[in-house]
Amino acid sequence: MEDSAQHIATFSESLSIALPEIILAVGAMVLLILGVFRGDRSAGLIGSLSIALFIIAGFAIIQLPSERLMAFGGTFIVDSYARFLKILVLIGSSVAILMSVAFNEREKMNRFEFPILIVLAVLGMCMMLSANSLIALYMGLELQSLSLYVLAAMNRDSLRSTEAGLKYFVLGALSSGLLLYGSSLIYGFTGTTQFDVLGELLHEGDLSIGLIFGLVFLSAGLAFKISAVPFHMWTPDVYEGAPTPVTAFFAAAPKVAAMGLFVRVLITGFTGEDVTPQWQQIIITIALLSMVVGAFGAIGQTNIKRLMAYSSIGHMGYALVGLAAGSQEGVRGILIYLLIYFAMTLGMFACILSMKRRDGMVENIDELSGLSRNQPMMAFGLMVLLFSLAGIPPFAGFFAKFYVFMAAVKAELYLLAVLGVVTSVIGAFYYLRIVKIMYFDDPTESFDLPMRGEMQAVLTASGLFTGLYAVFSLPLIQLAGTAASSLFP
Amino acid sequence: MALQAIAFYLFSAIVIGAAFLVISSRNPVHSVLFLILAFFNAAGLFVLLGAEFLAMILVVVYVGAVAVLFLFVVMMLDIDFVELRQGFLQYMPMGVVIGSIVLVELIFVLGAVTVAPEISAPAAFPVPPVSEQANTAALGQILYTDYVYFFQAAGMILLVAMIGAIVLTLRTREGVRRQKISEQVGRRRAEGVELVKVRPGDGI
Repeated sequence: MEDSAQHIATFSESLSIALPEIILAVGAMVLLILGVFRGDRSAGLIGSLSIALFIIAGFAIIQLPSERLMAFGGTFIVDSYARFLKILVLIGSSVAILMSVAFNEREKMNRFEFPILIVLAVLGMCMMLSANSLIALYMGLELQSLSLYVLAAMNRDSLRSTEAGLKYFVLGALSSGLLLYGSSLIYGFTGTTQFDVLGELLHEGDLSIGLIFGLVFLSAGLAFKISAVPFHMWTPDVYEGAPTPVTAFFAAAPKVAAMGLFVRVLITGFTGEDVTPQWQQIIITIALLSMVVGAFGAIGQTNIKRLMAYSSIGHMGYALVGLAAGSQEGVRGILIYLLIYFAMTLGMFACILSMKRRDGMVENIDELSGLSRNQPMMAFGLMVLLFSLAGIPPFAGFFAKFYVFMAAVKAELYLLAVLGVVTSVIGAFYYLRIVKIMYFDDPTESFDLPMRGEMQAVLTASGLFTGLYAVFSLPLIQLAGTAASSLFP
Repeated sequence: MALQAIAFYLFSAIVIGAAFLVISSRNPVHSVLFLILAFFNAAGLFVLLGAEFLAMILVVVYVGAVAVLFLFVVMMLDIDFVELRQGFLQYMPMGVVIGSIVLVELIFVLGAVTVAPEISAPAAFPVPPVSEQANTAALGQILYTDYVYFFQAAGMILLVAMIGAIVLTLRTREGVRRQKISEQVGRRRAEGVELVKVRPGDGI
């Protein structure tokens, strides 16, 4: 670590290291100009151009040399960990834009700003994943959150969408305040904002109570962004109120980015004999609570978007189990978990976006009854995803949970692992209830239109991934392993 | 020294007094005016600390922009503040409990200001003494070089704020009549004038 940290990149080197972010930033501005000149009828064109932009940025990320690179005086870092998660974020956002096109046209909200705001949010997420200092962390987080607030309130004519946006904004601003207060305490008590310098200091240095306060506030602020209990109150309302493609976007990419950031801050900045137990107890508590609330909260839900919100709270709890372990294996478990969660969520939302009748979208779980007879393919895909979400072998969700629980057991967190297994059994109830409704209940009126091509493609890809994960898991595990090892120099 | 001490206590006393009046005065316009007074005196405190840039920014940004915006909002929106305060007593016990918890926490943190010297050593960019360089210049030297990444990132955040404000509030209204000079100039006689033959005694 000493050798690589010593090399300070010049300004032009820094620019080439941050090339993917620069492409996204410049691209967003070009698209904005295009949109302003051509008006809302260019929404479709700008949507496809945004996806093209993501692909170019993805190639730029792969092109970068594979060692750890530091830019802008060490505040910006690119390592295989950041690369892995950035690619994930780019894929998720492309799929979200793809799935939004038809919906936006039907609901009369096909405005050209929609894909541009997603591009800007993705820029923020990439900055979060590459952040190596508290200021860079805050900048990325705020860029991402601000875009998300606007996206949530995008459907101005819907009262619920506006409410979702406002609620998200107010609570998000509160969490930013907590995070900033924590950051200022950490800076005040250590004199640095850079994670790697913090890590070196805390490795041997004594802890002051002020620093621990700062750490607690910082963790609370970040827990808010991944909607871990007890900072989850906004999630069901925002998921339900926001337009469905926006919810699909919320559930996948920002969760991955915020989780990635959380892991990087704690592992590189606050690892040491004295300091690790300090945050470990926080993470254990919120992981436990998230798993429990995720499992029990979802049982009574009738709206499928609210159900997905509780499901995501629960899944973030399982991913946090890996962080609580604090080991390289734990981080690898989180990465695999995020990858699989991400694939399952996008598939689920492809189905939810296809739940429409002639008079509009339906969101009630009961509307799925008898789906197996009306649309057998969609029902089958949904069933695979639900089995996987419940964590039933041999589907992908089982392996995701397996790796994080194994890491927890190796770190001797037996209680956490056992309770994790118990809550996933409870959680299986509400996933399997949907399967029962689809296959054994009497059919109601069927969804009038067959699934659109892009939804079919997303559902097929996600279904194949979760169903056949066991077959091609090895290279993915290796990839996650290298990514995780770059956090542990 | 004595003069400085007098100035410090004067500014601090006025800040605290004005802050109290902000939340206690009945008329919201008075509240905003007291807020401006508090800002000015806080700026005075910054000058005493040798942070003249912060003092300037406080006056320019907070007094010049934020407080004036507050005034506009307070004067233009007809908010019934008496009604807003209705729930005050109801929520007060909860507020007092949370406030005192935070106060106790802060006292704990303040009690812990014995920073180990080796930990506080690597301050990233030490502030040069004012006699050598004014701190506006010192900030300028690092803002566009070492901190250029943050500077640009802040620019992107402001761009999103602007897009958001436009997306959420701009509506193209139907039936708005705008002056179109080209159409006015391009009018022909045939479109504008109609010749009607009026027979005597009939009218039109």
